[in-house]
Amino acid sequence: MSQAWPGPHGAPVTGHVPVLRLGEVLLVTLQGDLHDSTAQQLQEDLAETIVRSGATGVVIDVSGVEIVDSFLGRVLAEIAGQTGLLAARTVLVGMRPAVAITLVELGLTLPGVHTALSTEVAMELLSRQAPSSRFGGLGQERL
Amino acid sequence: MHTAAGSQARLPIRSDMDLVWVRQHVRQAAAQLGFGLVDQTKLVTAASELARNTLVYGGGGTMETEQLVEGTTHGLRLTFSDEGPGIPDLEQALSDGFTSGDGLGMGLGGARRLVHEFGIESAPGSGTTVRVTSWVGRPPRPREES
Amino acid sequence: MPEQAEGTAGVPTREVRDLLRRRREQIAQRWADEPLFRAVFTVSRDEAVEAGKAVVDALAQVADAARVEDPDAAGFTAVREQLARMGAARSRSGLSTAQVSSELAALRPPVENLLVADLPEDTSAEHVRDCVSTLSVLMGTLRVVVMQTALSEGQALIDRQRLQLLEVATPVIKLWDGIVAVPLIGTLDSARSQVVMETLLESIVEQQARYAILDITGVPTVDSLVAQHLMKTVAAARLMGAECIVSGIRPAIAQTMVHLGLDLGTVVTRASLADALGYVLHQLGVGIVTPGTNGAVAR
Repeated sequence: MSQAWPGPHGAPVTGHVPVLRLGEVLLVTLQGDLHDSTAQQLQEDLAETIVRSGATGVVIDVSGVEIVDSFLGRVLAEIAGQTGLLAARTVLVGMRPAVAITLVELGLTLPGVHTALSTEVAMELLSRQAPSSRFGGLGQERL
Repeated sequence: MHTAAGSQARLPIRSDMDLVWVRQHVRQAAAQLGFGLVDQTKLVTAASELARNTLVYGGGGTMETEQLVEGTTHGLRLTFSDEGPGIPDLEQALSDGFTSGDGLGMGLGGARRLVHEFGIESAPGSGTTVRVTSWVGRPPRPREES
Repeated sequence: MPEQAEGTAGVPTREVRDLLRRRREQIAQRWADEPLFRAVFTVSRDEAVEAGKAVVDALAQVADAARVEDPDAAGFTAVREQLARMGAARSRSGLSTAQVSSELAALRPPVENLLVADLPEDTSAEHVRDCVSTLSVLMGTLRVVVMQTALSEGQALIDRQRLQLLEVATPVIKLWDGIVAVPLIGTLDSARSQVVMETLLESIVEQQARYAILDITGVPTVDSLVAQHLMKTVAAARLMGAECIVSGIRPAIAQTMVHLGLDLGTVVTRASLADALGYVLHQLGVGIVTPGTNGAVAR
């Protein structure tokens, strides 16, 4: 849990977060302490990539993230909302207990966002329902 | 009551980048004092919210950290000050959902729920000072009914 | 000559400091034979002497700073931990606070004897008295430091034990692959709820549990605070990718909750732990089969 923490002299994450494509799913791994601008950039990149690639699912791995404040929380909620509009769904993966407790205390429970314990589970859930989703209109039912 | 136990620091809050330094500094100070992982995370998150407020609404300012001792417990106090326009209606600013800029409007109210003690001084035209304190090993205070 | 004696012997703290530095070895040797040191350093006398020297050095430093009355003087910092160990060791062996205090008091006479013996013959009675009383104050402050440290150690021990007790009272049980449960027993206050929440969430990660059952059969009352804690735990678990089920809501509690207008919202609830397990197994697609009489399997 400490290895992801860049330390006082470690460079915080700036610039772009890479978006990997695995079949119909886009995989994003967030690490360390994110800049506000990096998070916003990711939000824009994802929307574009979904439109371009026709992806049906987005998996965001936050297991390496040590804090999610209301800003990053809002960005994550908006990503989920906007991928929903583009007929894809977002699964948030691996949130740490301390981060989850803090978000709940903040009042941010991210009601529209799907969650999973691991990337495997997320991929499995998405693939189970993905093939027809782009045309089938899955709506709001649970994964 | 409590006494200051040295180790004070003052960090500027002028840009996005400074928010990252604020979080890292608070994380380190809290870990050093023996805060558990959950309490560290709460305090760092509160600091992030308040620093962003200082930056966005106050037009920038500073954060001061101070280590406290009360009996056998250690605490960390963070003071955020700016010379911005100030807050005309504190009660409204502290209620969830209120926002005058970016964000979900959880900055002040949210930060208040993440710490043990919360104090704010502000008046139109004279800037804003927010002071929060948390103590090692103390259970979180129950959320007041809203 | 008297002039010069006045000059060097003028300040009692300096006199005491010089004595402590000059007679460091002898004082440490004598202390090593006192019950306090003998009882703590049972293995080697040399170790006791070394510990004694460290304390003498600390006292000399405090005297040098002319802060003989100040338990927070910087000089004590270096020996605080050692003194705490000594104090704690004596309390553990069953001595009362008063007894430890009197053992500490016994450290003064050997030093005082050396102090008086070392003062020149022609020293005025008044100066002897001043030096002795300065030493007394210094040794008294040492006692305060030890007692303070011992007390705060005791407080820290109580705090640690309280936390351990909370953790012991919150066992998380693995019921099935991917299912964990916490049987909650007793009152849920803020401190306990925090421990419950953290332990449950940690075990969700450890066990990769997609379902967690919070059984509140043993919780005497559910007020708005408890309901709030339950809701928070459920919400945090969901953020991590696990679903929580609250079971064991007794009829009386269900009534109170309705009465108070408490709503567990969208949380899945079941009457008993067994019902909750049944629900979760069904969700996971696991069926329960009962062996038939002649080896056949019936659903």
